Amino acid sequence: MDRIKHAFASKTNLLNTYFTAGYPRLHDTIPLAKALVEAGADILEIGMPFSDPLADGPIIQGSSTVALANGMNLPVLFEQLKGLRAAVPETPVLLMGYLNPVMQFGVEEFCRQAADVGVDGLILPDLPLAEYEEFYQETFKKYDLKAVFLITPQTSEERIRRLDRLSEAFLYLVSGPGTTGGTTLPDAVVQEQYFERIAALKLRNPRLIGFGIADKAGFDRACGHAEGAIIGSALIRALEDVADAPAAAESFVRGIKQA
Amino acid sequence: MTPTTSYQQPTARGYYGQFGGAFVPEMLYPNVEELRTQYLAIMADPAFQAELQALLRDYVGRPTPLFEAKRLSAKYNTRIFLKREDLCHTGAHKINNTVGQILLAQRLGKTRIIAETGAGQHGVATATVCALMGLPCVVYMGAIDMERQAPNVARMRLLGAEVRRAESGSQTLKDATNEAIRDWIANPVDTHYIIGSVVGPHPYPDLVARLQSVISEEMRKQLLEKTGSELPDFVVACVGGGSNAAGAFYHFLDEPEVRLIAVEAAGHGIHSGHSAATSVLGTPGIIHGSKTLLMQDEHGQITEPYSLSAGLDYPGIGPLHAYLGEVGRSEFIAITDDEALTAVAELSRLEGIIPALETAHALAALGQLGAGPDDVVVVNLSGRGDKDLETYLKNMDKLV
Repeated sequence: MDRIKHAFASKTNLLNTYFTAGYPRLHDTIPLAKALVEAGADILEIGMPFSDPLADGPIIQGSSTVALANGMNLPVLFEQLKGLRAAVPETPVLLMGYLNPVMQFGVEEFCRQAADVGVDGLILPDLPLAEYEEFYQETFKKYDLKAVFLITPQTSEERIRRLDRLSEAFLYLVSGPGTTGGTTLPDAVVQEQYFERIAALKLRNPRLIGFGIADKAGFDRACGHAEGAIIGSALIRALEDVADAPAAAESFVRGIKQA
Repeated sequence: MTPTTSYQQPTARGYYGQFGGAFVPEMLYPNVEELRTQYLAIMADPAFQAELQALLRDYVGRPTPLFEAKRLSAKYNTRIFLKREDLCHTGAHKINNTVGQILLAQRLGKTRIIAETGAGQHGVATATVCALMGLPCVVYMGAIDMERQAPNVARMRLLGAEVRRAESGSQTLKDATNEAIRDWIANPVDTHYIIGSVVGPHPYPDLVARLQSVISEEMRKQLLEKTGSELPDFVVACVGGGSNAAGAFYHFLDEPEVRLIAVEAAGHGIHSGHSAATSVLGTPGIIHGSKTLLMQDEHGQITEPYSLSAGLDYPGIGPLHAYLGEVGRSEFIAITDDEALTAVAELSRLEGIIPALETAHALAALGQLGAGPDDVVVVNLSGRGDKDLETYLKNMDKLV
């Protein structure tokens, strides 16, 4: 069963939550996944920490630095994720991270282990489209891992259509110029026009809006333009300096999802 | 991957052998693509070339002299010439690149300039051309580098640039580069990013190499005049990211009889755990949008290099240099902090020239070349030592 397709077919206003593996403590990964889903998260994005995360703002970068200092790395993560499907049997799970650690681990071995533990898809922002098609697509397909691509306000229609053809999961609409957790929201009218322009393309894949969505108001507004939204930095901030990270994650998600 | 027909030319996708490419997130794709599709046409435009050549001559002070260093030659029993990039305006070769890139930015319609800097030389060179053209300039610099290169911070501010502190990660050049890239992601339309070395996503390595290639273009003419041959036996240059070496090697790349010597910073010693010798310690990976050799741990996390010189402590090298080393077209030599300091004293006393600490690494390699009395050796004297005076004063015991 395709967990991603099933989630989009059976739900509306999907909440995709991002958190960094190994943050705030090394072994929070699985308890956090479980707490997020129990509170109502519809998709999970687990961040693989990297020393130089170019597409991320200070909050996710900070959580990555802490996670690496805690001892997180891909072998440790895959060991932890052996408990993933016992904790969250139905929820789509994506791994998000940067290409270099994946390359060093070995792309094929990375895909094999990700598939083994029940991961559904991958988001590697610095994997260029041309490289993906030439060197990665076949391996991803072999292990039935769905690639998720980003679209920005600057992405041309021709390129959006190409990404839409390649994608078997959802398209990640970056809300405006900037890195994750950006606090300066782009002009609301301009942003609205961008979301509507994408909606009018009648793409075959569902869309989730991400970057800079921090609270219930932002989530609801995004849901007016797409199938759902992605929240990362705001969740990470809610986990800072708390004694019980899973409890904090649960109350954060309930705050977003309350009617 | 199709092999390159000339060492100078990357493939259409920016590869030198297995190295290069453009590994950028979608947010950067339009910026990089705009540059990639336009830089060659703009640089080939006669009006662009006329303006560039006039600025290089009248503002930068080119051609820079090729000076025969007779006392240094006597000491090493070979014939040594110094390519005096230290005499460029702002005191280093960095301005060859920034003059060209600001003209490019203007033709792309950009109204704001950003840059990263390590030692501050590239930041100063960028702030300088922004003042010249009246464009706002933001320079990202690691918090630690701002402390150890305070005079350059002051120069940038005096030139009207805003210097922003990179507080993330190790707070040095790689983090300043990350912050500059993030700024470009946040300002994709009006901003041009002037990268200071032959690093980053395609087309930057090629763009910067072309702009620095004026160094070896002049060398050939000057050598012909002084030695009767355009070709030396050795060209020696220091490598951090590798822009001055790329410029010094460029017009000799396809002349196999010229030996190209790239000198890296060994810090406290290659295997001391405090080194920046990427050709030895690095393995292939992705850094700042380029596949190249970089220093990383077994899990692909980028590690922090060390060199006393703030201009050589970059954890990668440009993809061109990674390729030249891999195929044996260039040879790498690693020089420690102390060997570089000795070379500072030597050039100062023998020739009356105080070199930058980065440049001193190239000079320190002279004894390891195996050059004979009939050989012609060109050292690219990439920068002057004024910015390093504080470091030199602290290490006076090693300099006397």
